[in-house]
Amino acid sequence: MLYSKSSLHNPFAVRDKLFSLDFILLFSVLLLGIISIFAQYSSNGGEWGPLPINHAIRFLIFFSFFILISFINVNLWNRFSFLIFIILILLLIAVKFFGLQSQGSRRWINLFVFILQPSELMKVGIILFLANYYHRTSSSDVNKIKYLLIPVIAIFIPFTLVMTQPDLGTALLILFSGLIITWLAGVRWKIFAYLSLLALVLAPVAISFLKPYQKSRILSFLNPNLDPLGAGYQIIQSKIAVGSGGLFGKGFLNGSQAYLDFLPEKHTDFIFTLYAEEFGFFGSILMVFLYFLITYRIVHIGNITRSIFGKLFCYGFSTAFFIYVTVNMSMVLGLLPIVGAPLPILSYGGSSMLAIMFGLGIVMSCHVHKNYSGS
Amino acid sequence: MLIFNPSNIASKTRTISRRMFLVNCFKAVVLIGIAGRLTALQVTESRKYKSLSDKNRFRETKISPPRGIIKDYFGNEIASNKKIYQLHVVPENTPNIDKLFVRVKSLINLTDQRIFFLKKKIARQKVWESIIISDNLTWSEFSRLNLFLHELQGAQPVVSIARFYKDNSSAHAIGYVSEISAKDLRNKKYLAELNIAGIAIGKVGLEASLDQDMLGVPGYLRYEVNAFGKRIKQVSTYEGVKGKTYRTTFDLEVQKTAAQALENVSGAVCVMDIYNGDIVSMVSSPNFNPNSFVHGVKKEEWEEIKSNIDKPMINKAVSGLYPPGSTIKTLTALSALENDVTSPNLRIKCKGYIDFYGERFHCWKKKGHGVLNLKGAIKRSCDVYFYEVSRKLGVDKLAETARKFGLGKKVLAGFNEEKAGVVPNTKWKLNQIGKNWYLGETLHAGIGQGYFLSTPLQLCLMTAQLANGGFKIKPRIVVDEKVEVNSLQKYLDYKKENPNAKQGGIVQNNFNPEPLFRNQENINFVKNAMFAASNEPGGTSYGSRHKDKKFMFAGKTGSSQIKRFTEAQREAETKQADITYKERDHAWFIAFTPVEDPKYAISVLVEHGGSGSSSAAPVAKKVIKKVIERHEIRSAVSNNKLSENI
Repeated sequence: MLYSKSSLHNPFAVRDKLFSLDFILLFSVLLLGIISIFAQYSSNGGEWGPLPINHAIRFLIFFSFFILISFINVNLWNRFSFLIFIILILLLIAVKFFGLQSQGSRRWINLFVFILQPSELMKVGIILFLANYYHRTSSSDVNKIKYLLIPVIAIFIPFTLVMTQPDLGTALLILFSGLIITWLAGVRWKIFAYLSLLALVLAPVAISFLKPYQKSRILSFLNPNLDPLGAGYQIIQSKIAVGSGGLFGKGFLNGSQAYLDFLPEKHTDFIFTLYAEEFGFFGSILMVFLYFLITYRIVHIGNITRSIFGKLFCYGFSTAFFIYVTVNMSMVLGLLPIVGAPLPILSYGGSSMLAIMFGLGIVMSCHVHKNYSGS
Repeated sequence: MLIFNPSNIASKTRTISRRMFLVNCFKAVVLIGIAGRLTALQVTESRKYKSLSDKNRFRETKISPPRGIIKDYFGNEIASNKKIYQLHVVPENTPNIDKLFVRVKSLINLTDQRIFFLKKKIARQKVWESIIISDNLTWSEFSRLNLFLHELQGAQPVVSIARFYKDNSSAHAIGYVSEISAKDLRNKKYLAELNIAGIAIGKVGLEASLDQDMLGVPGYLRYEVNAFGKRIKQVSTYEGVKGKTYRTTFDLEVQKTAAQALENVSGAVCVMDIYNGDIVSMVSSPNFNPNSFVHGVKKEEWEEIKSNIDKPMINKAVSGLYPPGSTIKTLTALSALENDVTSPNLRIKCKGYIDFYGERFHCWKKKGHGVLNLKGAIKRSCDVYFYEVSRKLGVDKLAETARKFGLGKKVLAGFNEEKAGVVPNTKWKLNQIGKNWYLGETLHAGIGQGYFLSTPLQLCLMTAQLANGGFKIKPRIVVDEKVEVNSLQKYLDYKKENPNAKQGGIVQNNFNPEPLFRNQENINFVKNAMFAASNEPGGTSYGSRHKDKKFMFAGKTGSSQIKRFTEAQREAETKQADITYKERDHAWFIAFTPVEDPKYAISVLVEHGGSGSSSAAPVAKKVIKKVIERHEIRSAVSNNKLSENI
């Protein structure tokens, strides 16, 4: 085939590929990245420190990585998806044994070059794996028990591994990412209904396995004033920060809630709160719009991609991406309980950024190689 | 392979696209939800969250404004504010708090107990909150600290202001301030609104009754804090309004003289302007040092005050209750004359005792006074004569006159410690004790013993109202420039110029005098008798008289029995000096001066002083001299309104 000859070593091909990038997606991500650097700068008290500098460097590296991945033929990702998935599973298992512990949970692994949080990568890994799986599965087989078994196992293993780190937020995001692909692939409503019923029945059992802090988070979400200085503190302070931003915000570097340390985790999970406080309603709506634009572009790329793998990955990733964003925002706006879920690109954290850029890279690769329809 | 045939791909694509459409719909709903929430928080409820955010970040410390000053009639400060030197420490800024304490201890007077207390306090509070190491340093300590300040990292010398009282003579009347207590907060509403930690508030005397206005309006320091309560920066300040300054009717010079005259005895002196009721002096003895309380009284000092049998903390001038003794004879005589039960010419023979209702009533003079008329009886203070007069008069009429002249009720408005005393009558006894009045008790009441209880200030008011010709006056301590107080004086001046002017009509409306008599001749009779008692040989206070006309006074002695004399004591003619201190009679002396044209009334009480003539009258003599000496400057001040320039 024509496209299989194209490679990075061919300068003309590289130039062609460069022009076939989706620039709306590219610039949206770049703009978000620039905003994120300013937000990190602000969260560091308005000065350069290790955190904003790290973030800026990471963004530049991973943004280049994103473009680089998009040049690699999407077929390659399709073929290696199983391998990537297995490596991620192994990494998650390695975390269980050699993981670094922090604040009572074991989520990170030291790879000597950098510290990695494999669960973040798994959020994309599961989409990759299932997209490949349904790419290979005939639509008539999708609803057969035999063919359902592998997705269930593929979701269950990473979910359990992450859940027991413990990291409820990421585990749920992995679960949802997986379920979305199976659903898009055509698994019947009925099966999801049964699964939901099963989940409902098992919920009391699951709750008994929750750590006390996880329970208190859910309780304090239901009523933040139950313990305003304890578990409810984050939600209350975050709402105050967002609300006090008003229409136009308090101005860049002027967010009193963030500056005076009322806001917890302001460079990670609560970065949107800081942004919303400083830039107000208009700034927040602009941010929501940027995320919406990215999601929309990913769906658009899925629409024009001919391969099933590409379509499933784009649709799946766009939905997962959308879920990451909305879960984080709902959380800081007090619509969902506080579960550790970073805001894509904006939050500090290398693994999360790597995972997002990796996913975006594959999406972009689908755009660059849109005429590829699978082997 | 089968799965990659075009029809399979097409059907898959269809399924995926259909389902993706549903997902997109769901996404739209979620997006609308998020946008709605943002609108609610940042647009609709933004005002609420803005105020919550301000509540988070701003803290206010109240600052107490300088307390109002209390001045005497001439503008001299009795209670003033002075600079004090303090040492504050911010524990956060000190590398080693223990070393700092050791170093500070070598420079200033700091006990180990205090260090222990401070360390405990530091452990309880935030590290960046400053703590007062010493709140009242001497100048030499303060300068020493400043000299070695480079060695005392974290220590902060601070100049502040605190209450200062120049001398102790007015300690009771002025009172003192001290640190606010939980009890004060419960009892006084205005303090709860004030809400300044550790503020000094008035505890007794004028400091207490004028406290609210003297505190002023507190200012505040508003500053921004972070989530841990640490101050980040100051935002705004409001200085507050200085407390109200009060001018009193006191004369500091007379106060000092009176305190000196009472130096070694327990008692009280009151001096009053007989026309406008201005209290020139009000002193209680022994006194205390009010400055001791400003920074918290030391334990040893407090123990000493508490163990003093003469009760230095009690303001005897207003809250000491004593039977008025023979001083009441002035009112007994007046009441009898006013009620026409006797005449000045009634002559009675005193043989040292008289028998009534099967009981023997003794005169203080065992041998008796011989035959006396009413004037002689007042002059020599004959008990037997007054037994007879009061028997005729009856206690209820006596009580009526006594009440009219100010006994049995509070003299001042809003002076917390003041007591009302007792003017007994038949109804009172039935209500309070539940028994009927015995006739014998009337005789005791007639000479001011028995149930009668009055304060030195009440007797001073009584004397003043006799001296001014029998008109009601309203005593005051605090000068209120807006209130006209000289109307009685003007009325009397007017009457002097127009002797034929009739009562009522214009006179009544313009001056509104309130006569307490039926016939003013009776008042004059009592005044003359008092003159005789002080200035004619044989009078009870003849020995203490001023010969100089300028200082001449007319007075009446009295003594209130603590314990009834036994027959044995009477037989042995026991002298007061021979019985134990606590059982000796209280000595009274009341007087007005100068006799030609009376201006001031005085009452003196000496606890356990024995007789009025020997212990109370000499005190009065000294004070009267000073009062008259000060009269010219005082009237200059009141007439020329010099006060406005003070």
